[in-house]
Amino acid sequence: MFSNLANLLRYRGLISSLVARELKARYRGSVFGFLWSFINPLLLLLIYSFVFTTVIPNTTPGAQPFALFMFCGILPWNWFATSLSDAAGSLIAGGNLIRKVLFPAEVLPLVSVLANMVHFFLGLPILIGFLLYARHYPGPTDLIWFPVAVIVQLVFSSALALLLAALTVHFRDIRDILANVLTLWFFATPIIYPWFQESVREYKPYFNLNPFTHLAIAYQEILFFGQIGHWRWLLVLGVVSIVLFLACYWVFDRLRDSFAEAV
Amino acid sequence: MTKAIELFNVSKVYRKYGGKQFATLKSAFLQRSILRELQPSETFPALTDVSFAVPRGSTYGVVGRNGSGKSTALKLVAGITKPTSGTVRVDGRISALIELGAGFHPEISGRENVYINGIMLGLSKRQIQDRFDDIVEFAELREFIDAPVKTYSSGMYMRLGFAVAINVDPDVLLVDEVLAVGDESFTHKCLDKFSEFRRRGKTILLVTHSLNLVERFCDEALWLDGGRAMSHGDPKRVIGDYLTSVEASEEQLLAATTARLVEEASATPAAESGARSDATPAAELFDPTSANMFHATEGRWGAREVEITEVQLLGPDSTPAHVFHTGQAMTVRVKVHARQPADDVVFGIGLFNADGVCCYGTNTFIEDIVLDGIERDAEATFAISSLDLVEGTYKMDVAVHKRDGYPYDYHRLLYTFRVKSRTHDVGIYRPQHTWTFSPNVARRPTRDA
Repeated sequence: MFSNLANLLRYRGLISSLVARELKARYRGSVFGFLWSFINPLLLLLIYSFVFTTVIPNTTPGAQPFALFMFCGILPWNWFATSLSDAAGSLIAGGNLIRKVLFPAEVLPLVSVLANMVHFFLGLPILIGFLLYARHYPGPTDLIWFPVAVIVQLVFSSALALLLAALTVHFRDIRDILANVLTLWFFATPIIYPWFQESVREYKPYFNLNPFTHLAIAYQEILFFGQIGHWRWLLVLGVVSIVLFLACYWVFDRLRDSFAEAV
Repeated sequence: MTKAIELFNVSKVYRKYGGKQFATLKSAFLQRSILRELQPSETFPALTDVSFAVPRGSTYGVVGRNGSGKSTALKLVAGITKPTSGTVRVDGRISALIELGAGFHPEISGRENVYINGIMLGLSKRQIQDRFDDIVEFAELREFIDAPVKTYSSGMYMRLGFAVAINVDPDVLLVDEVLAVGDESFTHKCLDKFSEFRRRGKTILLVTHSLNLVERFCDEALWLDGGRAMSHGDPKRVIGDYLTSVEASEEQLLAATTARLVEEASATPAAESGARSDATPAAELFDPTSANMFHATEGRWGAREVEITEVQLLGPDSTPAHVFHTGQAMTVRVKVHARQPADDVVFGIGLFNADGVCCYGTNTFIEDIVLDGIERDAEATFAISSLDLVEGTYKMDVAVHKRDGYPYDYHRLLYTFRVKSRTHDVGIYRPQHTWTFSPNVARRPTRDA
């Protein structure tokens, strides 16, 4: 298993070119091309602003403008959710490679996670632009903590991506189950409601069990409030994610030989 | 000599997941059977206890009919699947021409695909840059290299895939039936490339149905059948063994077909089908101007006062055969039983090819052989000293009738046999012939001579 993990480093050229291919192929043939990576989050931001300032206004003090607060959690969540749903189908979609070419299968779910990470990065300038406009300036330590949060999320997503990809080969209905689980998970995470809201505080222990809560809070603190108070939880999640990654990689490695026949 | 590829007692068992492939997670959890669900319900042995070794620098051919395990063997060597038992050892960098262009993405350009495909096959960016021109040149795609791959024709797609794979410069090249990809000139280029590989001391493992290719290119060959190694060694001998077995199974198939046809045709009661005889007198059937000649379907009719009890085709060694080689001797032995003594008897034979064209028809009456009487069990033998037909499947009529055409027992197209030939000549009939040339025509000595 560890020699396979070490091989993963050797495949970085392959991974980076597959990520590049993924991004190029996604917008090939569309008029706006890469602009869509900016337009999509912008439109999303406008819709959320309208809904949460006009239709059902959330006036929690400290989280204003509310749409912007929400957006700090939605961008990373989108990276997480699309990574997992892409990764779950990645081995099946790449079946030709696995069946016909000697190909390191773990590359495919990781490419799903990384390609979506690039989309996340492309959405950030929009968010940061609006944050500056609303006078939410980043604090001095943010430049250090933001990459930490991204890396923790990367490890955490990769772990689940590997597990889901390997299991989906054998149980195709995971893809449908996953779609529903992700919707549920989204609403169970303090993203479209602030964690410091009165009604949420009551259930704090339960929210703490949800790993994405800590990521969402970390992003909100770093980007919106400009100072992080949640870093202990973030580091704990980081350690848990590394253990989880090794466990998921172990499962993936065990199932590896069945892929060529089952996809 | 060192070995580039070695397989020791390799077996591969594929799982048949049966209906369980779409097993739901729920049921798996509820019955705590995740592990059991992943267990095969049935297994299929694709390879059983196969061992072979390919010396470095040699070209090794694998032949066998469809489903014999050839591609599985290649996938094991390539490392795409793992053997269920036994060991596979490969020394050196492998490039597998199994599925050409397997990793191409349709939306992006040929150029980008070449890079990504090359990286997948183990090249570095730098190496691809160096070889890029060779690859494009080889694929003959200079003008189209920047167009998205989805706009390529299947030939262009395959050529590009082939060009990338062959430019990986492997130590061991695995080829699975990919020479059918291009037009004639591209195929020649591929063969030249293989020859170049051989000269440079690379090892090639070739899976193909083209026996000519194996004979021309391979130093050694292996014949797989039903997942077992049937013979290996000298390609000529292996191919000979393989062809013999193909003939043997064809033989069985033809024997079964014949038995079935005779049985079906005979199922109609003699008296009933006798009525049909009046409509098509046998004499007319042998008349080349008759339309019936060309629109015949198999059947049996006649009142069977003289009944054909058995028809046997015999090969040169006087044993029953259904597969013959052009130029071999063939004997048709017809056994009849006369219920009452008959004094007006004609034996007839007709040969038809698969298109239903009559190749030859004759009977004893036409040939002025007058048979005056027949009693109880009798036998007639029709011997062809040299079966000068081109390769194909043929059907035969056998009949006993009166001189005026009244049929006793008429077997229409019930006997099937196959003629094989290593020469791909066309038509129906191969006259015995020789070619001679004036001395100023240079001639290459034939390989088989």
